[in-house]
Amino acid sequence: MSRVSDFFAEFIRRNGVTISVYLFTAVIFWIAVLIILPQLYMLDFSFRFNLPPSKIGTEEDVRTLKNYQYLLFGAEGNPNAFNWLHLEVFFRTIWAAVLVTILNLVICYPIAYYMTQVASGGKARILILCLILPFWVNEILRAFAFRILFGLNGPINFALINLGIVSEPVEFIKADVALYTGLAYAYMLLMIFPLYNAIESLDHNQVDAARDLGSPWWRIHWRVVIPHAKPGIASGCTMVFMLTAGALAAPQILGGPSSLWFTQVIYQWFYTGGNWPQGAAYAFVLLTACIVFVLAMMRVFRVSLGEIAK
Amino acid sequence: MSADVELDHLTIRFGNFIALSDANLRIPAGSFFSFLGPSGCGKTTILRAISGFLDPSEGHVRIGGEDMAGIPPNNRPTALIFQNLALFPLMKVWENIAFGLEVRRVPKAQRRERAQELLELIALPNQGEKLVSELSGGQRQRVAIARALAVEPEVLLLDEPLSALDLKLRQHMRTELRAIQQRVGITFIYITHDQGEALIMSDQIAVMSQGVIQQIGSGPDIYENPKTPFVASFVGENNAFAGRVASADAGHAAVETIFGALRGRNPAGLKVGDQAVLFVRPEILQLGAGTQGNALKSKVLAKEFEGFASHIHLANSQGERHISFSTSQEEALGISPGEEATVHFSPDRAIALPQGELAHE
Ligand SMILES: Nc1ncnc2c1ncn2[C@@H]1O[C@H](COP(=O)(O)OP(=O)(O)O)[C@@H](O)[C@H]1O
Ligand SMILES: [Mg+2]
Repeated sequence: MSRVSDFFAEFIRRNGVTISVYLFTAVIFWIAVLIILPQLYMLDFSFRFNLPPSKIGTEEDVRTLKNYQYLLFGAEGNPNAFNWLHLEVFFRTIWAAVLVTILNLVICYPIAYYMTQVASGGKARILILCLILPFWVNEILRAFAFRILFGLNGPINFALINLGIVSEPVEFIKADVALYTGLAYAYMLLMIFPLYNAIESLDHNQVDAARDLGSPWWRIHWRVVIPHAKPGIASGCTMVFMLTAGALAAPQILGGPSSLWFTQVIYQWFYTGGNWPQGAAYAFVLLTACIVFVLAMMRVFRVSLGEIAK
Repeated sequence: MSADVELDHLTIRFGNFIALSDANLRIPAGSFFSFLGPSGCGKTTILRAISGFLDPSEGHVRIGGEDMAGIPPNNRPTALIFQNLALFPLMKVWENIAFGLEVRRVPKAQRRERAQELLELIALPNQGEKLVSELSGGQRQRVAIARALAVEPEVLLLDEPLSALDLKLRQHMRTELRAIQQRVGITFIYITHDQGEALIMSDQIAVMSQGVIQQIGSGPDIYENPKTPFVASFVGENNAFAGRVASADAGHAAVETIFGALRGRNPAGLKVGDQAVLFVRPEILQLGAGTQGNALKSKVLAKEFEGFASHIHLANSQGERHISFSTSQEEALGISPGEEATVHFSPDRAIALPQGELAHE
């Protein structure tokens, strides 16, 4: 207790009363009003029936697990044991998010390694600029650009056909290639920067030492660079996974006609279906699943939360 | 197995900057060879060229007679101990030591066994399960040596390995290193800016300045017979007196200094009128006027107690030029700051060299 009051005393001494009060109010407002409160509302929503406004507050307005049951078993009278339609979308979304995360890691790790350990200062800065500038273009525009790029008459198909590699245009969008590429690209910076930070702190002499002891390049990465970068890898993967699983614009625009992203189902509940409690329940299932999955992965790869925050 | 190392007209440039200029030398197999020079003179550059991290701009590196051009560090028979050790902090001590064996796909049981042997060699048995961060500076030092020895290199390259240790430990490790070298019998190439280290451990020393090798020789040789003013002033303490040569014969030259004409050996064949520097080591200076000339009339500036001896600082009558020398405590009793003092030295032990770059303190 005294440590807490010490902390506050020290904080006020260092920053002055006005600034301290402002900072505390801002942080509390941010956490309580902008994060916790609305989420609690949503959570509460997810346990209620979808009632017209006139009935809210009457004795019909009771709590229920119905919305969660619906995701598992579907509407009453569903001939199947489970609500396969939605469950499948759910698991496919998680799985696809995993794939996109791995794809992202595979693309970003070499770039981050190159920028921090190989390129000289000037070249690294230019590379960082090249990575950041495209993100000035907004998400929707980027997604549509990818749609054009991967379209049946798009430049990629044009090139493939003219080079004689394929005879018919490839249906990239139908095969979800455009979706995965677009998703991987959308959150690339969130993978690059944690990796960049982690690998930058590696003493290059360690790489040289491993090489000097006879190590081939892949073992240097496996035994020296990757273990060192593990917290950065974990933090990048977590962010990319969470954001990919929760992405809406890219799946909406780049997804094939038959492939639904779980966020699109949630979106439909909220808007087309007008069923907020149902949508909220779906959203919380997605959130919980993502958190559980990330924690499980951290367990498997022996990373602690503290390390990620470094 | 140990191999000799040959640098043949080796030059290394970074852009226009010449980090190493035309180095030529042969390091005999199984010897302890040191490169000695101030920070920034190109010592690390030489080691990196020998170990393969830097390609020669010109010339060749040969190990065991074989040209190393195009052979990457992982395929050279060398092992490098880095200036900052570069141990792997996320591996246990024994895994660090066995890393080179892991690379060579030696089975785990054998790796452990070999690591154990090496831990005994470096006097750290039973420390294998620790993390590197749990060891002291001197212990880490020894782990780095064991890690390099594990791959049985023919040449071990050491980049100022003792510079991070405190004085006592450094002195201890000097002896230790020399002993390890004699036990394993391979070629050690050692880099240091500490002349004491180089003198104590090495069979041969190359003294460097600004990318140029100034002199190669045994410790006593470069101490007694420096070839350039840089070597004379960098290796050991030396008093330097600049001036013109007043007279010269086959063996000796007299240099006209602010203390008057002083005589010393003349190995470079200086002629009358040449600009020269006369070097007089503190330990050859003796109190009194002597009988052979070479007497310096001076004033005592300061006296420093140094345990086994006292260090005395002198200046000429104008207080311009400082000289320093050591003397026994008894003799020092008779000297106090502000007084006049006369010192002399034997011309056979002082040395006159052509004017040139001096080492900065
Ligand atoms: N990669 C490099 N690029 C440019 N200059 C370098 C490089 N490596 C070393 N140098 C320069 O070469 C000189 C010698 O460096 P080094 O061999 O590290 O000296 P030291 O004798 O202290 O080990 C220094 O002036 C240093 O700045
Ligand atoms: Mg160096």
